[in-house]
Amino acid sequence: MTFAAFLPLLAGAKARAGDAIPLTPKWWLPESASTFSHKVDTTFALIYWLDVFFFVLIIGAMAWFTIAYRRRSKDQKTSPVKGNHALEFAWSFIPGLFLLSFFGMGFVTYMDMQVPPADAMDVRVTGQKWNWSFEYPEQGLQLASADGLVVPSNTPVRLTITSVDVLHSFYIPAFRTKKDAVPNRYTSLWFEAKAPGEYQIYCTEYCGDDHSRMTSKVIAMEPAAFREWVAGQKSASASMSPVERGQKLFTAQGCAGCHSIDGSTLIGPSLKGKYGANEQLADGSSVAIDDNYIRESILTPNAKIVAGFAGQMPPYQGRLQDDEISALIDYIKTLK
Amino acid sequence: MSSTTGDLAAGHHGHDHGSYLTAKRGLMSWLFTLDHKRIGMMYLGSILTFFLVGGLLALAFRVELATAEPDLFTGSTYNRLFTLHGAIMVFLVLVPSIPASLGNFLLPLMLGAKDVAFPRLNLLSFHIYMLGAAFLVFTLLAGGVETGWTFYTPYSSTTDSAVVSALMGAFILGFSSILTGINFIVTIHKMRAPGLTWLRLPLFVWASYATSLIQVLATPVIAITLFLLVFERTMGIGIFDPALGGDPVLFQHFFWFYSHPVVYVMILPAFGVISETVSIHSRKHIFGYTAIAASSVAIAAIGFLVWGHHMFVSGQSELAGTIFSLITFGVAVPTAIKVFSWVATMYKGSIELNTVMLYTLSFLFIFAIGGLTGLFLATLAVDVHMHDTYFVVAHFHYVMMGGTLMGFIAGIHHWWPKMTGRMFPELPAKIGALLVFVGFNLTFFTQFVAGSRGMPRRYHEYAPEFETWQFLSTVGSFVLAAGLFLTLFYLLWSMKGGAKAPKNPWEAKTLEWETESPPIEHNFAGQVICRTGPYDFDEIDTSRA
Repeated sequence: MTFAAFLPLLAGAKARAGDAIPLTPKWWLPESASTFSHKVDTTFALIYWLDVFFFVLIIGAMAWFTIAYRRRSKDQKTSPVKGNHALEFAWSFIPGLFLLSFFGMGFVTYMDMQVPPADAMDVRVTGQKWNWSFEYPEQGLQLASADGLVVPSNTPVRLTITSVDVLHSFYIPAFRTKKDAVPNRYTSLWFEAKAPGEYQIYCTEYCGDDHSRMTSKVIAMEPAAFREWVAGQKSASASMSPVERGQKLFTAQGCAGCHSIDGSTLIGPSLKGKYGANEQLADGSSVAIDDNYIRESILTPNAKIVAGFAGQMPPYQGRLQDDEISALIDYIKTLK
Repeated sequence: MSSTTGDLAAGHHGHDHGSYLTAKRGLMSWLFTLDHKRIGMMYLGSILTFFLVGGLLALAFRVELATAEPDLFTGSTYNRLFTLHGAIMVFLVLVPSIPASLGNFLLPLMLGAKDVAFPRLNLLSFHIYMLGAAFLVFTLLAGGVETGWTFYTPYSSTTDSAVVSALMGAFILGFSSILTGINFIVTIHKMRAPGLTWLRLPLFVWASYATSLIQVLATPVIAITLFLLVFERTMGIGIFDPALGGDPVLFQHFFWFYSHPVVYVMILPAFGVISETVSIHSRKHIFGYTAIAASSVAIAAIGFLVWGHHMFVSGQSELAGTIFSLITFGVAVPTAIKVFSWVATMYKGSIELNTVMLYTLSFLFIFAIGGLTGLFLATLAVDVHMHDTYFVVAHFHYVMMGGTLMGFIAGIHHWWPKMTGRMFPELPAKIGALLVFVGFNLTFFTQFVAGSRGMPRRYHEYAPEFETWQFLSTVGSFVLAAGLFLTLFYLLWSMKGGAKAPKNPWEAKTLEWETESPPIEHNFAGQVICRTGPYDFDEIDTSRA
């Protein structure tokens, strides 16, 4: 266990200042932008260089023996050695110490990554095939994948993550953090962006057809700019017409991921020119598209499935207010 | 020991008086044979056929991945390709690979026995394998399945693709694996020739023993799990689907409780092959026999307690994650012991750089990378970043595909003279080995870089920054395919055109080399008696001992 205590020290004073150790193989890693990402990189660097050392040792010995002890004659004599207990103990025990120190470093940093500061700002993240939505309980805002997850920089942010359909996983490479989104359960992660900027978000738990399009961005702003942005969002939504509100909800709630407004077919039917028309259903009947049909299709989508489509849409029962449903219907009416 | 008895001389067309290949004729004499050698060869043929299918699926999606944009396939088609690639490679190729083909063929021969303990059970396990394979082929024809080979819930509970037939295929294949495991355990305990003590067993037998223990103990868990998922899908009983009150993370626990130990089912037999080949082709006694044998069993035992390292970001508790991380590092120690011992075996040997040795060295190179990159993933904080990225894909291809496959191909070449009675041509074999080595490393090393730089796995379109790595990977996959096709062609050719193999072309000391090449139908003409250890070669300078 002496090694476990020793190696983090070796990582050097620079690590404490918010940078990974100088020997970090940066070429292997994306940009490092959260308050703990340099600690992950330092752990990565130590494992990396010890791996390189052991690889050179093993493969170097292998190559040397292959050349030095190649067969020169058919009856070449070979060594009678069958083992060496001291050597065997050494090559079990010494790597064992390194392994324990890797475990220790990984554990210490992991706990930093798992335990958010008490004053962290809360954002709820919901995964749904194939987009993310972000809800700000303290600010009273809601954003979609296309808007990005807007956060203040230099401020701890705690995400409470869930899913409404299958498993997803919320991954920000630049922050070195990730957590699965599990239906019927909350998971959480936290981060603090070191500087304003845009950082990629990926879904890393396979979730079907558009898994590779389930991306978004963290948009980190200076805290003052963030406060201004919140105020701007609030006044904009206060002065919104129902159609504008519906349009906003249409992306924020993930509708746009599956329903086009230009007539092209995505995962679900396009909504262009649908209001007032008749829809052919999978069971052979047809139905007139009116307010009640749209309402039912939002709340319990599998009640009537449109011909040619699989019933993949998650129910929105309990997730939308009446005025939000009305705003959506008002917006859909305008899609001529 | 080499003479054959009169009743075995019936195969008069053969050059070798009643080899197992010619002792009986006709398709039925193969499909319903009780001869472990024929069953082993049928497994070998089937496994290599499915390896070809799984490999072609991989080439198809490698072409798609050469560019960042989706150009060939829709997301839905791409997802079916990688799912079938994974399911075929895991369930039909890697799990049975060495144990069912080389293991079946060699185990009784290495023990000096006439057959496995339960020849009928052995045949049954092959028939069950074919039935399970039929289900997976049906799945392919029924439009495929797009859940990933991991069948994670609730995606697999709710999607409308051919999940049930794929699950039933994997479920049925599990029984084949269990029966082979039981058969091997009993055979090793009860069928050893006089003089063949536990510590004289070839290390391939030790590895097969450890493998069989895992097959028997872990496979029932996946069988039950997959069956529960079939229940959930067909009868709506809520077990894993949250919409029915189930728990999707429970599925992951069940799944990895089997699927982590099963990676040792894939790799331990390759360890066994390498222990044989590195010793025989270096003409040196294996270094640290007891440590290698014991480490196989230790890996099998510890391997049961590490499944949670697949779930570090699943929402599993921090305490559980920490314990699983610690135990995972525990598996690294016996694995390191093996690698060091193999390299030490070469010290002061008389190493012949033939094809078998080239594959053995490739194994050591590739497995060293596979093992060492596993340390990043066992480390909690680093795994959080690497989890479900291409780094993981590269890591498990280095151990599973690189490790298991290099061992498998090394073993096929090493025992090819024994199995077919023919030598393979060395020059094309060496060119093939070189192409496989270069192609493999180009295909998968690039994926480490893409992954650690943050590229998620199972993406069919991706950010342009990863295009260089993915393009190189695609180029590598075609080099690898060229090497493997070359290998296939000269091996097939050698069955007719290769030089006739002597009894013991490598001058090995294990018992399988004491009988004819190919062996006679009942393996040995008389009772075999084991008088030496498996690695006491003539070249060893005992005067210096």
